[in-house]
Amino acid sequence: MHPRYVLKRTGQMVLTFFVTVTFTFALYQAMPGGPAEAMRAMILAESGQVGGSVNLDLLNQMVEHYANVNPDKPLHVQYYNYLHSLLIQGDMGTSIYQGEPVLDLILQSVPWTMFIGVYALALGYTVSLFLGAVMAYKERSLFDSVASIGVIFLNSVPYYIFAIILVYVLGIEYSVFPINGRYGTFVDPGFTLEYMSSVVRHATLPVVSMGILATGGALTMRGNAIRVLGDDYVRVAELRGLRRSRVAMQYVGRNSVLPLYTQFMIGIAGVLSSTVVVEEIFAYNGMGKLLYDAVLLHDYPVLMGTLLVFTTITLLAIYIADLTYGYIDPRISTGDSNE
Amino acid sequence: MSEADELDFEELFDDTDREPPSRSARLKRTLDLTVLAPLRIAIHDWRAVVAGTILLLYGLMGTVGVWLATKPSSGDHPKLQGPFQELAYPLGTDLYGRSILDQIIYATPDMFRMIFAGAIVAVGVAAVVGLLSGFMRGTPVDAVLMMLADIIITIPGLPLIIVITAIFQPTNPYIVGVFLGIDMWPGLARTVRSQVLSIREESYVEASQIMGLPTSSILRRDVAGQLMPFILVNASLTSRRVIFESVSLYFLGILPFTTYNWGVLMNLAYQENALTRSELLPWLVFPMITIILMSFAFVLLSQAMDAIFNVRLQARHAETIDDKEMTE
Repeated sequence: MHPRYVLKRTGQMVLTFFVTVTFTFALYQAMPGGPAEAMRAMILAESGQVGGSVNLDLLNQMVEHYANVNPDKPLHVQYYNYLHSLLIQGDMGTSIYQGEPVLDLILQSVPWTMFIGVYALALGYTVSLFLGAVMAYKERSLFDSVASIGVIFLNSVPYYIFAIILVYVLGIEYSVFPINGRYGTFVDPGFTLEYMSSVVRHATLPVVSMGILATGGALTMRGNAIRVLGDDYVRVAELRGLRRSRVAMQYVGRNSVLPLYTQFMIGIAGVLSSTVVVEEIFAYNGMGKLLYDAVLLHDYPVLMGTLLVFTTITLLAIYIADLTYGYIDPRISTGDSNE
Repeated sequence: MSEADELDFEELFDDTDREPPSRSARLKRTLDLTVLAPLRIAIHDWRAVVAGTILLLYGLMGTVGVWLATKPSSGDHPKLQGPFQELAYPLGTDLYGRSILDQIIYATPDMFRMIFAGAIVAVGVAAVVGLLSGFMRGTPVDAVLMMLADIIITIPGLPLIIVITAIFQPTNPYIVGVFLGIDMWPGLARTVRSQVLSIREESYVEASQIMGLPTSSILRRDVAGQLMPFILVNASLTSRRVIFESVSLYFLGILPFTTYNWGVLMNLAYQENALTRSELLPWLVFPMITIILMSFAFVLLSQAMDAIFNVRLQARHAETIDDKEMTE
């Protein structure tokens, strides 16, 4: 791969990260009445000083303690301090409600969100790719039309409604899967079979409900595969007498999946988005739930921290996708602006 | 070169000398090409018919329905009545004695406002940015616009919108729609840009450039026309996303409950454990059906439009295109 492209792409990533950090800083400043006013009630309630006169200096100090933003200082100093504490000290602020560093809270929940997120992506795309491929092979058959309508219908069901239906049918009516928490209440965390199976069982319904997001890929896959099927090299491969499975996998499959690769990695942004609603429905303590609770409590430092981490994860995923694409699809000369 | 070919060639470039068609004839032709021909195809496309019918019903619900229904308030009717029992509350009542159907109807106009604002912002910004960027490929303008788009693509949409709405607490449906649109334009803009890049390479655009037509009129006549179907298809898909996301914000209880919304109904029912209390179930299920049906219509519509705006199919159904042009 071209070193210049890697350099350019890395620069782009770093820049995007800085813009996002700046954006969260700007959001603090854009709060009605400024960050001190917006967090005042919350901070006072937590520090037990309801009513009475408020020492403004003390309040500003506390805002700085929680959010790394001191409203007393000039804007550029605030911005410098904000960047400094975030990037050099790794300090994302402190949760007003829980009193713990935001970074700690996030580190505790990130693995769980990534766990269900990655499996949702894997499941959703595997199913939709296979479905799309089969639909393409049986183009214009009954199966194709029924599956197409099915996929269109699934696309019209919001994932959270799907989650609610799953909770009702598989969780409540038939009690096949647990419907809240990350693992059973009476299960001790550890490398035991009981714990592992409990984790998997608790993750099943969230994973399936988020996986539904990826089903739109089936129609794209179908379109790609139909186009590839009409190409000469597929006909040549068939005429050469290659095994059908080999033609299907190496010629048709590979060439119709490749254009979707980057789209998949961007899909992680969608899956991370959906964790906010899905984790709330399943009372699954991950990043999404952390963000949701922070909104209800007006816990702004946690809110900004989770937004930042969500973005960073997506940023890395797309970065990796872009850099590896050249290896996966040798036809693409990376760095061409004519995509 | 045969005589017929030469004649065609002359007609193509002879705009100035020829007597222009009368205003009404031109109007008729435009109408036929842009409105009637697509409609004629639409009638033969079952997806378009189904989608059109459903959306028409929702439109009626949002206009005539609101006028017919009574504004729901607590204690209107007996509490927790089942559906299909009484004409005053055909879908039953909720925990506070409000008619579920009336609440669903009263939520419709605001939903349309959100969809309208969201689709305009998402598709409008995407079209402008994509066109600009595609035509100024390689310039700093292109670089900056695409960088901006890439940055917004990277920020997961729902968390971003949640943070923004949590801070600004919008109540106006148009503003909610605009907020939702912010996160939807970048992906579209990128696609518009790549479409523009490929259209730019087409010979007829190149021909216009050689003939010295200003960039603005090339954009307007050659490129925008090509992109129109694409934009309409995406407006429909964006509408579906606006429904999904706005309802999820209300369902989560993040947007203020000052208006009626299907998500508000779902939230209240879900908080009261409607899943385990069967008498509360209609409160949750009917809004869900309403949402799914409307999204279904938009998805179908986008699929149908994809087919309808297929130029070849369109030419067969247009009356003002004569056979000579057809065989071209």
